[in-house]
Amino acid sequence: MWEYTDKVKDHFLNPRNVGEIEDADGAGEVGSLACGDALRLTFKLDEKKRIKDAKFKTFGCASAIASSSALTEIIKGMTLDEATKVTNQDIANYLGGLPEEKMHCSVMGREALETAIAHYRGQKVVKEDFEVVCKCFGVTDREIIKAIRENDLKTVEQVTYYTKAGGGCAKCHPKIEALIEQTRKEMEKEKPPAKPERKKLTNIQKIKLVEETLGREIIPALKADGGDLELIDIEGNRVLVALRGKCSFCPSSEVTLKQYVESKLREFVSDDIEVEEVRA
Amino acid sequence: MRVVYVDNNATTKVAPEVLEVMMPYFSDYYGNPSSMHFFGGQVQRKVNEAREKVADLLGADASEIVFTSCGTESDNAAILGTVDSYPEKRHFVTSRVEHPAVGNVATYLTRKGYKVNELSVDREGQLDLDELKEALTDQTAVVSIMYANNETGVIFPVEKIGEIVKSKGIPFHTDAVQTAGKIPLNMKKSTVDMLSISGHKLHAPKGIGVLYIRKGTKFSPFLIGGHQEKGRRGGTENVPYIVALGKACELARKNMNDENMRVKALRDYLEQRILEKIPNTLVNGDRSNRLPNTLNVSFEYVEGESILLLLSDLGICASSGSACTSGSLEPSHVLRAMGVPFTAAHGSIRFSLSIYNTKEEMDYIIENLPPIIQRLRDISPFWKDYLKSQGKK
Repeated sequence: MWEYTDKVKDHFLNPRNVGEIEDADGAGEVGSLACGDALRLTFKLDEKKRIKDAKFKTFGCASAIASSSALTEIIKGMTLDEATKVTNQDIANYLGGLPEEKMHCSVMGREALETAIAHYRGQKVVKEDFEVVCKCFGVTDREIIKAIRENDLKTVEQVTYYTKAGGGCAKCHPKIEALIEQTRKEMEKEKPPAKPERKKLTNIQKIKLVEETLGREIIPALKADGGDLELIDIEGNRVLVALRGKCSFCPSSEVTLKQYVESKLREFVSDDIEVEEVRA
Repeated sequence: MRVVYVDNNATTKVAPEVLEVMMPYFSDYYGNPSSMHFFGGQVQRKVNEAREKVADLLGADASEIVFTSCGTESDNAAILGTVDSYPEKRHFVTSRVEHPAVGNVATYLTRKGYKVNELSVDREGQLDLDELKEALTDQTAVVSIMYANNETGVIFPVEKIGEIVKSKGIPFHTDAVQTAGKIPLNMKKSTVDMLSISGHKLHAPKGIGVLYIRKGTKFSPFLIGGHQEKGRRGGTENVPYIVALGKACELARKNMNDENMRVKALRDYLEQRILEKIPNTLVNGDRSNRLPNTLNVSFEYVEGESILLLLSDLGICASSGSACTSGSLEPSHVLRAMGVPFTAAHGSIRFSLSIYNTKEEMDYIIENLPPIIQRLRDISPFWKDYLKSQGKK
């Protein structure tokens, strides 16, 4: 028996938003009877282009029904741009997790959403543009790569759990292995170079380092624009500063503090630095 | 919560009579049957008695009964033990609908370089005996074909199969794990050389099995060890479970009639009412050659795991051949081999009864199943499509 969370059980036994919106703005269907699960998603937008209503019809197991129900709850109230950012992990997290073997149910939810949004925008998700890697379940290289990236997958077995690819005759396993290797290499390259491990600083070291960094990296740059900054205090990881000169009445000083001062201090001192402005 | 257990092809309840007779062999009569002292000797006698009872159920001689740990061990031992006895023969014949205890041995032998023929089945789940005839060669080491299918209950014409196999002088094994205790067996008049049974499918505990080996059959032990089981299976006898299995076989003989009359009537009643009450439902497997306790039905456009969990919520325990329940992504290999269409294969449910089931329990299932199927069909996108295609609203 599968270990489903109470949330999965709840959304299976009491699914939210079952049905089809007749005059839907967006509609997407993924899966098939042959594959053992399928999801038909419809949504309606309000005048502000937010998802006002979303409904689903699903053929599949308990986790497929629960994932569909969760998806509709998640996207209601979202703009389409927000909805495009919903990942299968969001769906799984909403349900308090899914058994790994069942993660493909959450991926099916994300794909239905993607298809429905593309339908609304008049785009077509053309399968022909991509190579069908798994012929048993009709899974393309694009879908497999996306799953590897979004879920940090490492093995063929995991790819099967998340996309179903490779779950039939197994002939595509070498191809999936190659995709994993290639994609993980790309992911590795895209990763920012790992910073050398930092030693934990004592308070005194931290204060010194903050002062040095301010003096060397930050204050000269601010002064160049007619501004200035004064260190008031350091409490743990909180660096309290007061803005001076032009900075004190600059409308973008908040941005300067967070995106410039804080990020510089994080780079040179410690990852957990929070910069706060005090009026003094 | 109320429990209606209709998953007896998965496992059965240990009969109270069985439990009672086995208990003293844990801490009162715990001697080793091989010992020379009276304390072991009295246990040896009980093991012999149990062996007689098992032999009686199979219509065999007690010397032909080998106790094992489970049905899987019996299957493995029969096939691999025979293959080992004929090292020059590199061919194995089986069917496409075997239990994994045989099916995965076929895969193993393929990897080892054996040629393997897996015979196909038709839409009813029946074999084509001509295909069997054609498959057999002088290189065939052993043929293993199940007696009755665990998922559909379809019974194969084992004696006819045996005739064909024996006419070529090839050893014949059958997995009768689902058969023993449900339909009469008589090894004295049989063409079968080896036959596997499993205790927990007939109200004995899990962890005990039997391999029947006809006198004169060439066999190499699978578990190599002491002289137990006349050197055919090493390892100290699992005395309490052997005693239990003896009792269970004695009960099974007594209950055979009940199984074939009352249990069959309950199964038929359940089947008929389900077909009447739920549209787009079909029975999987040859209904005229079927175990009396098994019903495999498919509900089109819905998925088996969902049905099972909703049934389970009401205390009804059944099983499914759907992909999601097996942990694989494809529906049961048995239903696929039969060519059951996808519209139905994913929504298959197996009800398997025992002598402990009642008519009242069948009524409980019949009352609760139709709303469950309707509820899932209301969620399914394909059901509405189907209704539309039928011009219904």
